[in-house]
Amino acid sequence: MFLNIDYQNLMTSLRVKNISKKYDKVQAISDISFNAEKGELFGLIGPDGAGKTTIFRILTTLILPDNGEVFFENLDIIKDFKKIRQITGYMPGKYSLYQDLTVEENLNFFAAVFGVKVEDNYYLIKEIYEHIAPFKKRLAGKLSGGMKQKLALCCALIHKPQILILDEPTTGVDAVSRKEFWEMLQKLKTQNITILVSTPYMDEAALCNRVALIQKGKILDIDTPENIISKFQHKLISVKSFDKQKLIKDLRSYEFSNSVFAFGESIHYTDKRQKTDVKEIVEYLINKNHKEIKVEEIKPNIEDCFMDLMKK
Amino acid sequence: MNFIQKEFRHILRDTRTLIIMFGIPIVQILLFGYVISTEVKNAGIAILDLSKDQATIKITEKLTASGYFKIIKNLNSFDEIEEAFKQGNVKEVVIFEINFDKNLENFNSANVQLIADATDANTANIIVFYTSSIIQNYVNEQNKTIKMPFEIKIDERMLYNEELKSSFMFVPGIMAIILMLISAMMTSISIAREKELGTMEVLLVSPLKPVQIILGKVTPYFILSLINAVSILAVGYFVFDVPVTGSLILLMAETMLFILLALSLGIFISTVAKTQQFAMMLSMFALMLPTMLLSGFVFPIENMPVWLQVICQVMPPKWFIIIIRNIMLKGTGLLYIWKETLILFIFTAFFILLSVKKFKIRLE
Repeated sequence: MFLNIDYQNLMTSLRVKNISKKYDKVQAISDISFNAEKGELFGLIGPDGAGKTTIFRILTTLILPDNGEVFFENLDIIKDFKKIRQITGYMPGKYSLYQDLTVEENLNFFAAVFGVKVEDNYYLIKEIYEHIAPFKKRLAGKLSGGMKQKLALCCALIHKPQILILDEPTTGVDAVSRKEFWEMLQKLKTQNITILVSTPYMDEAALCNRVALIQKGKILDIDTPENIISKFQHKLISVKSFDKQKLIKDLRSYEFSNSVFAFGESIHYTDKRQKTDVKEIVEYLINKNHKEIKVEEIKPNIEDCFMDLMKK
Repeated sequence: MNFIQKEFRHILRDTRTLIIMFGIPIVQILLFGYVISTEVKNAGIAILDLSKDQATIKITEKLTASGYFKIIKNLNSFDEIEEAFKQGNVKEVVIFEINFDKNLENFNSANVQLIADATDANTANIIVFYTSSIIQNYVNEQNKTIKMPFEIKIDERMLYNEELKSSFMFVPGIMAIILMLISAMMTSISIAREKELGTMEVLLVSPLKPVQIILGKVTPYFILSLINAVSILAVGYFVFDVPVTGSLILLMAETMLFILLALSLGIFISTVAKTQQFAMMLSMFALMLPTMLLSGFVFPIENMPVWLQVICQVMPPKWFIIIIRNIMLKGTGLLYIWKETLILFIFTAFFILLSVKKFKIRLE
């Protein structure tokens, strides 16, 4: 038992302990604690305004927490902020690129800011940079969202940071680029870089080693995506019918209804009873004059878990 | 170094910035220059010739021949002067004393009095200046042929604004305004832009020290402002014949000091302003307008109410304008302007300290 804990501490690179932050009267985050390990891809998952950016700004020494403490390795985020800044790679929500500089100039500038040459750590960004290298003479402002994102990642990586913090890197980027981006992050993990990513897209959670689900400045749960899903206690039923609006209304007024959420084409439904009776639901819906009814049991995903945790 | 290079690229790639930096100074100086100088063409004058001799007729002819003046009236007595001015189109009355030519011959000296309508101070000043140079010109011509040199004493009087302040020399004022505009406004905007675009976040998270960021921001604008200052002086000198009587080196040194002051003001503004828009408005109202109105450039400070005069004392451009007016027009050395220089120096040190101190190493 004790051995186990020691071993874990050795691996832990980032320790966040009970941090809170208040802006004027709004409590942005309260009592946030989590650890991230070396070479781990840790995700902060939550909707807009959940406090993800605030947490990241505290981790990058941009703002001070009202209370609590953060350690990276053995560096205090408040006292040793200068050292932290040397080993942190940060990509803010708005890609902070100079729109009127070319791809190449941006990269060279950010390398120079950290006192390194592009060639020194080129191996680290090689694969990513090759995607945008054909456009290296183009102004950053004229790049597509996906390319901007890749360039911003290159700029954040060029000084070979030990911790990489990416604030909503996939927001506003097309589906293909998003997929590519996550593949890149998986490869970066092998470089022993601690990676923290925030995203409002629940489907991206499954790509992280561990995730923290955040809502209104509080952490709902921290675990691997698989464990979070396995903690889901209800039987999840997907329901479809011709009239979706009426379906939501009718399911909500169903006497055993626990939760009803629209999920794209279908409705995700959970029941209050231990044993959900699919047949009974179908009968109920037929009585309510629904047509083209389709009811099936499905496996929950992270979003279902998030919704469920939110209710609690 | 890299930072400075990057900053230059920002400036050179943004046409809007370039126009503000180099277009406005040239346009302003030409505008001011021509608005003032065109009014002197065919200015209406009246002559009160009490001797009507060879010399006075010659001078009167020279005045009309110059093209600057048109004689509207010939007066016969002093009583008519007031009346002539009141009719409005007479800007200046030239009075030759009795026995003008005789006095010249006998005493080698004669008197001319120039009375100008100084309700329009700039014009009055220029007219008097031109008239006296024409008379002086006549004297020089005559002296070539005569053995005994003589002189004509010119007595200038400004009516309605006796203590006329020379805003005729607009170059010092323009310089103060342009340098304020370029240095303070442009730096504050460019720092605010980094905040707006989020790049400041990354710069802050980098190991760059605040001093490095500030220096990187300021250096390009310092160089460009200096180029501007030189071009303003050049346009003033070549287009409008505004002389630099004093030491050019001293003038440039004082200019650099003022640029430094303006830059530190710009940084100070940017520590307060979060957006480019706000930075611009703040520079406009807090710097530009006071520079124009309260520095003694357009309106003489002596004519202001006392409380406004007190405010004028803390306007850095005021001191700068005094300094360059002295160097350019009077040709004075550091000995006579060390007090003003010291004041500028204290301002500069104060704002640099304040802005470095206020420059946030974090976002809040």
